[in-house]
Order: sequence, then structure tokens, then C-alpha cells
Amino acid sequence: MMIMDTLISRCFGALAALGGSAIGWAQRASHASLALVQQGTPAQPGAAPSLPKVPDSPSFWMPNDASEFSGQIDGLFDFLVWVSAISMLGIMAAMIYFCMKYRAPSRAANEAAQSQVDHSNTLEITWSIIPLFVVIGVFVVGFKQYADLRTPPREAYEVRATGQRWKWGFEYPEGLQHPELHVPLGRNVRVMIQSVDVLHSLYIPEFRTKMDAVPGRYTELWFKATKAGAYPIYCAEYCGTAHSDMLTRVVVHTPEDFKAWVAEEIKRVESMPLPELGLLTYNQSGCATCHSLDGSQKVGPTFKGLFGRQEKVTSFGAVTVDENYLRESILEPQAKIVEGFPPSMPTFKGQLSDRRIAGLIEYIKTLK
Amino acid sequence: MTSPSATADVLAAPSSTRDENYLTHEKGLASWLLTLDHKRIGVMYLMCVLGAFLLGGVFALLVRTELLTPGRTIVDHDTYNQLFTLHGAVMVFLVIIPGIPAALGNFVLPLQLGAKDVAFPRLNLASWYLWVIGAVFMVVSLITNAADTGWTFYTPYSTVTTTSVIPALFGAFILGFSSIFTGMNFITTIHKLRPPGMTWFRMPLFLWALYSTAVIQVLATPVLAITLLMLIVERVVGIGIFDPALGGDPVMFQHFFWFYSHPAVYIMIVPAFGVVSEIFPTFSRKRIFGYKFIALSSIAIAILGFLVWGHHMFTSGQSVVAATIFSAITFLIAIPTAIKVFNWIATMYKGSIHLDAPMLYALFFLWVFTIGGLTGVFLGVMSVDVHLHDTYFVVAHFHYVMMGGAITAFLAGVHYWWPKMTGRLYDDRLARIGCVILFIGLNLTFFPQFILGTRGMPRRYYNYLEEFQGLHQLSTLGAFIMGVAFVLVAVYLIGSLKKGRVAPANPWGSNTLEWRTPSPPAYYNFHNPPEVTNGPYDYAEWVYDTKTGGYERKTSDAS
Repeated sequence: MMIMDTLISRCFGALAALGGSAIGWAQRASHASLALVQQGTPAQPGAAPSLPKVPDSPSFWMPNDASEFSGQIDGLFDFLVWVSAISMLGIMAAMIYFCMKYRAPSRAANEAAQSQVDHSNTLEITWSIIPLFVVIGVFVVGFKQYADLRTPPREAYEVRATGQRWKWGFEYPEGLQHPELHVPLGRNVRVMIQSVDVLHSLYIPEFRTKMDAVPGRYTELWFKATKAGAYPIYCAEYCGTAHSDMLTRVVVHTPEDFKAWVAEEIKRVESMPLPELGLLTYNQSGCATCHSLDGSQKVGPTFKGLFGRQEKVTSFGAVTVDENYLRESILEPQAKIVEGFPPSMPTFKGQLSDRRIAGLIEYIKTLK
Repeated sequence: MTSPSATADVLAAPSSTRDENYLTHEKGLASWLLTLDHKRIGVMYLMCVLGAFLLGGVFALLVRTELLTPGRTIVDHDTYNQLFTLHGAVMVFLVIIPGIPAALGNFVLPLQLGAKDVAFPRLNLASWYLWVIGAVFMVVSLITNAADTGWTFYTPYSTVTTTSVIPALFGAFILGFSSIFTGMNFITTIHKLRPPGMTWFRMPLFLWALYSTAVIQVLATPVLAITLLMLIVERVVGIGIFDPALGGDPVMFQHFFWFYSHPAVYIMIVPAFGVVSEIFPTFSRKRIFGYKFIALSSIAIAILGFLVWGHHMFTSGQSVVAATIFSAITFLIAIPTAIKVFNWIATMYKGSIHLDAPMLYALFFLWVFTIGGLTGVFLGVMSVDVHLHDTYFVVAHFHYVMMGGAITAFLAGVHYWWPKMTGRLYDDRLARIGCVILFIGLNLTFFPQFILGTRGMPRRYYNYLEEFQGLHQLSTLGAFIMGVAFVLVAVYLIGSLKKGRVAPANPWGSNTLEWRTPSPPAYYNFHNPPEVTNGPYDYAEWVYDTKTGGYERKTSDAS
């Protein structure tokens, strides 16, 4: 695959060069959330004790197998791949063989078909019954697996997940909020999912599971992680502008490490200086999806040099960005929108503590 | 072809001069825009559908170009979301749904029935105008602030987005009526206007397919119309139907939407089955294998297609019981589909096979549609679907079915009936080259997407993890190869209008009635209503004549 990638990149590189630099070929993703998922080490300081590096998946098709379900579902998937490949080969072989064997010499030769056989009930029944048995088989196995996937055991560690444009948030029974899903290895975990705005879908490929987050109701999924490590979590249901940046990770710890992680996280948040709490909030609450720290333009204005700047805002004229404007923008984002930006920011009223809002303001002040 | 020979079919004899046909019968723009002739309406549909296909194709290439790199390549987030929405909406509502039935069906259906026109010619013209008005609304949405909801318009996103969703919804609403009009017309025409001797089981399979499609169009499309109207009401007046913020239920929208849109998948693919069912026997010089099984499996698919919508919703929070029932019925549909594939293959057995462009496209269809169909089984299995739902696997699957199935069969049909429609033959060598390039491009575009999907790449993503880049680039390369193929197809087809060899009445030796008219057909189609005395796929009477380059009917019972 590597060689092919390089080859293709070169081809396209040449094409892009022809097309001019305007195409911006060399630009690469610089999204905090992407970086978060890709880094082998956790993005949060002191987040997790050493995590084993997850090797590439041994399977051509599937990502790593890291939950109790993964192996079962892969088994059924592989069976389907084999059945499909064999059917496909059979059909194609017949097609190609007939085309070669029975090809007419020319139209002028007026060669008639060797036979006008046009029905055979035996054949029709055969090629109806055989696929029927195959699909009944896969249906039954698929049903059993699905029923398991959708029936959480009574004994499970419960985490609440909230989808919001464009971030995931997780709340742990110990009273901790965190943007990543951390779970203990080998224990049943039940995730109650909700959405505060539009549809989202919590998707963990390594666990082969996914469930929509539906505003106005709770949905749930459960799994038992079987391999320690960090794996990506995606939003799989289209949710607007930054849908593809609505990423985070699931981190599977050994049970002892997990306990230590929870305790340390709680302690850390409680005793943090304000600007540091601001940076944490910036990463945890989804600010990073739309506001950059380096001056680059995303969905919303960059935080770099924001404090003290004069901004033109719709419906108000000009404002100087001060503590009160920032507070208002966090709690009532639609009140004064900086010109040239879409009114797409959700309110954080009731979601951020006063200390966290103060932290954010102090953190923005440090970004000269 | 300028005068009836002793052996030529006498049915169309008096008008079989090249000067007197439906294209030359009247002149001027008004004679087209006000025509009630099904053939002209078919041609107008064909031009419009091809225009929309160009538009949708450009959107597709922009989307694929953006996906060359994991971050920004040419456009920003929101533009990308608008591009894939427009690509989907244009291709589904403006191209594939009307593609075979309204463009090819309109031209061919009355001719295959030996009739003068469809049952309601004015309704037919009205359906074309509705298509145009619907398309205008789509374009309005496009140039104001194009919708960014995806072609599925899922709530509550479609209720809250600031883009111009309403024109797009209204466009789809109007296009639905265009589709209903065509469906009603075809049902009535097939019931009432069959010629003497054409029993139901002597109908060409293309007509069976159009009939099944028309039933779905008439029964399912009103549900979409109501759903879209409710969504418009919710956005404009703020009545809570689907948006939970207003007290509605977003999952209900999905039920309503798929109640139409799953049957709509069959509106798109069943006519394709009809087209290739004409081509396989004609180019194998052999009666079609399992006629009744193919005909009735279309009906079975049309009925079962109404009962499987919930398989789009295995991860929506729908109950396990509902999901189980939908999955079971989904598998039942696999059987009539498999039956068709096997029967087409069996038709070639011991035939006398001619690999002209239409046949090559039909084989191409068989190849890619089988992949599309088999991967549908993966998605019907509930547990496997939980992993694959909303990933590129789904994108690849439905492009294999819609692009590889419906569009390929549409192209097969265009190449098959082109001589009849235009009176000209295209360059068959170029056509075969175009077909092969398209085949390579299509597989290169969509096969890597299966792998992207199983590895966990979600669909509708603007940014993606770098590990997916290689496969995305292969896919984009394939898309551009397809672009090249389509340019080639356009060039030789348009070129044939001026420079193409004059087409004989029956270049392929088909036995369905449209080939008993001259090419292009006379304005009134048939001077004497034809009588059907044998099955649509009995080729014994047709003999190739090297002088005309077409087939002549050697028959003793010409009346």
C-alpha cells in the first residue's frame, strides 16, 4: 500500500503543480481534533499513564479488533466476503466464458443461436433456493449478534455521552466531565447518548459499534473492550459545517490505571490556575473546532490577539473585545456576531461553570 | 431504406422516407415546446437529463478533488457540504429517477406497444414542464445559498440550517409530481393500448419493468411530497413536526423519508433491469431465459420494496423487533434480484453473441450491479450494518448500484436506441473504447471506497485522517478517468448526429415493435397498427442484410 500511495501522491503532485499553487495542494489538516486522535500520546497533560502503542490492524478490511463484538462481527463479515467473492467469480467466469465460446463470427454470417432453450424450472428453483438458504443463515446470525449489541447487561459501568455541534462530551459517574471516553479494560461499559442540537452518531470502528445521538431522547450502546489502547471516535451522522472534525478518542486503560486516571483528572481540574483551566476548557468544550489559536481562519474568529481588538459586529457596530464581550459571546453567541462569520455557535449557558468561563477569558488574554 | 422492398416490413411502408419523420414533421422551437408527441417529449427529457447529469458530474468531480488531501484542497467546509448535497439531489431527483423511464421510456414505450402515443399526451408534456420547473427551483437553491443538508434532508438539521433548503425541497416536491404523472401515464397506456396479440406475457420485459416502476412512482412519491411539505411548513411556520425543539420527532422524518426513498431506489434500478433484459437476448440472438421469472420478479421487487425502509435506520434507535422485521424482508428482495442475474447469464448460454456497444454496456452492468447487489447483503445483515452504516462502504454500495447499475443501463439503453431516436449510427469502436474506460474508472473510483468504509471512514467528511489518503486519491483518480470517458461518449454521440452513418430500421435484429418503424420513426409511428404473433424475443424471422446494414424480416404472414 505504501508504494502505491507514494506513486499516486507523485502523480497527483504533478497534476497539482500543473494546476498551479492556487489548489493549495500542500495544505494539510491542522485541526486540533485531528491531531488529538492521531497523536500516540494523549493531548491532555497528565491524562493517562503509559498507553501501549496500538499496531496497525492485521486485517485488510477491518480496523483493529478491540471489543468482544469485533471478532464475532468480523467472522460474519469474512463469511460474507467469501460467499460474495465465490458468487462473483462464478458469475463473471460464466459471463466471460459464454462471451468467448458463443461469440458470433459476424452479423453477415447470420449465425443463429445454437439453442433456443428459454426456461428450466429446475434451474430457477435451484438458483432461488441456494441464495435463500445463505441469506436466511446470515440473517439469523446477524440477528443474534444485533440483539447482543443492543442489549446492555445489567452490570455495567455507565458513562453519559453528549453530542453537540461539533464536539463529544462524556460525563463519568465519579463526577468528572471529559472530552474523551476513558474506559476500563475487560469491563462492560454502557454509554447513554444524547444530543443537544441535531442528529449525531457515536461511532467507534475498533469496537464495531455505532449509535445515533437523537435530540429529545436517549439512545445507548455498550461494549466490553478487550485491548488497551487509544482508538478514534467519529461522528457518523452528518451534522453540518464541522461534522468531519467532530472527533475524539476512546482510551482503554487497565482497571488500576483507569481508577488512577479518574482520580488524577478530578484533582487536576479542581486545583488548576485560571488560564490553564481556560486552555483545558478550550480543548474539552469544542472551542478548538471553530476557533484557532494561531491566527488561521476556521468557522469562527481566531483567539490569537482577540482580546482588546476592535471588531465590527452585526446589529451593533464596533465593539472592543473585553471581558464582558467575551462572556456575552460564550453565553449568548448570537447577540453580537463578528462580521464575516456565520451565526453557527451554540450557547454554553448552563454548560460551563463560572470558573471555567473566567478561565477561558484569562486564557484568551494570554494569546497576544 | 428509401422505399419499401419486397422483404421489408410493410407496416410502416408509406412513410418510410427520411424526409418524413417525427424530427422533421414540424419545425421551430414552438413545435418542440408544445409538442404532444411522446418521441419528442422523450428526446427533450433526454437532453435535460443529460444536462443535469453534466451538472451533477461536475459537482462530483469537485467533491472528489476536495478529498485529494485530508485538509482543505480547493473549497471550505461549508462549500464542500453544499457540493455533496447538490451532487446527490441533482443525480437522484433530476437524473436517475427520470433517466430511464421518462427519457427512454417515453420514447420507447408507445412504440413497443405499437401505439400512436401514450394514453394521456398532454399529461406527458405537463410532466416534462414540471421537471423543468423543479429543476429551476433546484438551481435557485444552488445560486442563492445552496442547501447543505445532504440529499436526505434529515431533520432537525434541515430545520435549523441557514442555507436555502426551501427551494431545494420545493424543487424535489415538484419533481415528485413529474414522476407521478409519468407513472400514471405508463400504467394506463400499458393496460389500455396493447396491440392485438400482445398478451401480458408477450410484452417486452422493458415494459414489465416500466410498469413495475410506474406502480412504485404512483404509490410512493405522494408520501415524499407530503413529507417535504411538512418540513417546509415546519421551517416557515414553526409547527413542530420533526424538530424536537418544537416538540417534534426527528426519527419520524427518517421513517417518512425512507418510506418513499427506499422504493425510489427501485424506481431507479428496475427500469435498468428492463433495458438489459432487451439487450441480452437481442445480442445473443436467443430467446430470453426465464421470461416469466424476470417479469414477475420485477413485480415482487416493487411490492417488497415498500416494506424494507427501516433497514436505513438500524442505528437510529429504532427497536430491535422493527429492525429484525426490516432486515428479514430486505433479504427476501435479494432473491428476485439474484434470479434476474442468473437468467441474464443463462440467456447467453449457447447464443450467438455480438459484442457491440450496447451489449458491452449490458455486460458492464451485470458486472458492477452484481458487486452492488452482493454488498447490499452485507448492509442488510443487522450486526454488520452497525459497523458499516454511514461509512464509505454505503457510499460505494449505492454508487455501484446507482452509477454502475442505473447509469450504466441508461447508457446501454441510449446506445441501443440511439439509431432509432436519431436515425444515425455512432462509431461503435469509439463507443466500445469509451465503455472500457468508464468501466475502469468506475471500479477505480468506488472499489477503494469499500475499503475506506470497512476501515471506519465515515461518509460526508470534509477532513479525514491521513491514513485514508491513499485510497481517497485512488478514488479521485478513478473519478477523473470516468470524466474522460463521459467526454468521449459525448463527443462521438454528438458527432454521429452530423457524420454518423444513416441507421437502418433494425440495426441489431430486435423483434420488439419499435424496430418495425423506420429510423427515425414516422410522426404517427405506425400506419397500420401492428399485430403481434410471436414472443418479443423470437429472432428466427430476422435476417441480416449486408446491403442495408440492418435486419430485414422474412415472413410469410405480412398482411
